[in-house]
Amino acid sequence: MLMLDKALKGSRRYWMWLLCLLCVIVAGLCFYLRQLNQGLGITGLSRDVSWGLYIAQFTFFVGVAASAVMVVLPYYLHREKQFARVTILGEFLAIVSVIMCILFIFVDLGQPSRVLNIILYPSPRSLMFWDMVSLSGYLLLNAIVAFVTLRAEREETPAPRWIKPLAILSIPWAISIHTVTAFLYSGLAGRSFWLTAILAPRFLASAFSSGPALLILLCLALRKLTAYDVGKDAIRKLAVIMTYAMTINVFFVLVEVFTVFYAAIPEHTVHFEYLYLLGGGHNLAPWMWVSAIFAIAALVILFTPAWRRTQLPIACILVFTSLWLEKGLGLIVGGFVPSPLGAIAHYAPSLPEWTIVAGIWSVGAFLITVFYKIVLSVREEVES
Amino acid sequence: MKITRKDFLRISGLSLLAAGCKRAAESVSQPASSVRAASTQPVRWGMVIDLSKCREKDGCNACIHACNAAHNIPQIANHAHEVKWIWTEPDATVFPSAQTDFAPQTVTETKVPLLCNHCANPPCTRVCPTQATWKRDDGIVMMDWHRCIGCRYCVAACPYGSRSFNFEDPRPSIESINPDFPTRTKGVVEKCNFCEERLARGLKPACVDACPQRVFTFGNLADPESEPRQLLRERFAVQREPELGTGPSVFYLV
Repeated sequence: MLMLDKALKGSRRYWMWLLCLLCVIVAGLCFYLRQLNQGLGITGLSRDVSWGLYIAQFTFFVGVAASAVMVVLPYYLHREKQFARVTILGEFLAIVSVIMCILFIFVDLGQPSRVLNIILYPSPRSLMFWDMVSLSGYLLLNAIVAFVTLRAEREETPAPRWIKPLAILSIPWAISIHTVTAFLYSGLAGRSFWLTAILAPRFLASAFSSGPALLILLCLALRKLTAYDVGKDAIRKLAVIMTYAMTINVFFVLVEVFTVFYAAIPEHTVHFEYLYLLGGGHNLAPWMWVSAIFAIAALVILFTPAWRRTQLPIACILVFTSLWLEKGLGLIVGGFVPSPLGAIAHYAPSLPEWTIVAGIWSVGAFLITVFYKIVLSVREEVES
Repeated sequence: MKITRKDFLRISGLSLLAAGCKRAAESVSQPASSVRAASTQPVRWGMVIDLSKCREKDGCNACIHACNAAHNIPQIANHAHEVKWIWTEPDATVFPSAQTDFAPQTVTETKVPLLCNHCANPPCTRVCPTQATWKRDDGIVMMDWHRCIGCRYCVAACPYGSRSFNFEDPRPSIESINPDFPTRTKGVVEKCNFCEERLARGLKPACVDACPQRVFTFGNLADPESEPRQLLRERFAVQREPELGTGPSVFYLV
């Protein structure tokens, strides 16, 4: 079913890469065991900033997972043939991202051995319950669609007819995972930074630019490292989607900034001041500006006809990094500082925290390598 | 003793009849027990804190020490990992929206005791994914430390900063362990429980009894004749951020 045999035959370079990733995974695991033993005190988290890098990374990768819809929708709903070679790559990226999300939540738990209490005592009033339902459903949908279509390809038969309804169901489902993730934050009365209706739309816009950015980079890497080419048309289409989404995302951020600063309610402005005021000794502020500058630079490249094709990889890196900083760090930490009691608590992820995050990233890279290896082997076999 | 078939049938028949009678008697006596239920007043535990009395003995902290000793609260040196059930903050921090910019420093810097508000509509219980925290019928917001998975969603949801997470094993940091109250493990959230273990024995909360100034008035907010209700009728009181719709059960006389 999983066609794992295909992943067992590879070049020296392939095995070396996997071995390197495995080393980082082991390092992360060692630190996780230490965290398990000593408690979350070994992270940079505190009374006031009680969620940090883990939850922020979770939020970011829910976005990457949801962005698979940007290849699934054109391919299954609009029969865009250019996406024939890239759709399955997007689906596997979604699968790997959801697995990473689950790991990020898991390492954030104080009592991970009790995680099944979420299922034993289901609480529909908690958004976390719905996040679990939507993420696991999305994982299942994508796994079924990806593996069944790939298997059909290997056997050179058309994919079963029931696969299309499932693929189409995964479209609204993708929207739901990121909407529910935004609701996780935007429904909290005491956290004015997140208490905005634009949060869910903003999450979706940033997801639909950071996800395609990563997918383009992965496709370009595949073209360079292997003989597999998804085609110029597919990359160009993805770049257009990324550009639109990034523009909408920047627009949404500016809408939020206007509302906050023109209304000038201190409770709302303090969080932005904490995140963006340079020279105030706030350790995140320089990074937030890097994020803002990268976003503008990316848009300049993508809007300039002479650059948009030649400089596409750079634009993708800028988009991805910008959103990773904004959503994968600032958006969560910014909600906690200042605290409801006005405390400015500094949060900097600790070495164990970074290593555990690197470990989870490596799990993601490992899985995506194995999955793409399977896809490429199957397609090579069919084509020859 | 030998039992004939006839005896056996007679005995079982009588037993069944007796059991049936008991059932019937119970169902008849049902109104009596429902009358008893109706006669018990609804309960909503609440507290009134008289800051003018508290100011007279600034920095006494007897309430905090009593709570810490009663509930095995660890004294953690690292400020970032502190566990607090009742503690004090400056007035300006506790009531940020009630500041006028022109109040004297003696007022803005007065230490105000704060604790879980045991909200009528608690945002923390709403978000808990395992029902490890919930509101009892008497208004107390409870925690089950054996069910909590340590996701800290309740910590993010509480607008009052009343919840603490055990970032490390608390046991080594407990000065002397009170064997009548459980200690906690690392990785779970905890907070003030309005001394439900003392209320069950008919006692007032530990902080209330420990205060030499009688700053705290504890009682049933649902009963118009209770002590806190009388105080709230007579004097002007504030709650912490009532505009959030949480309905705090802790009131402050300023």
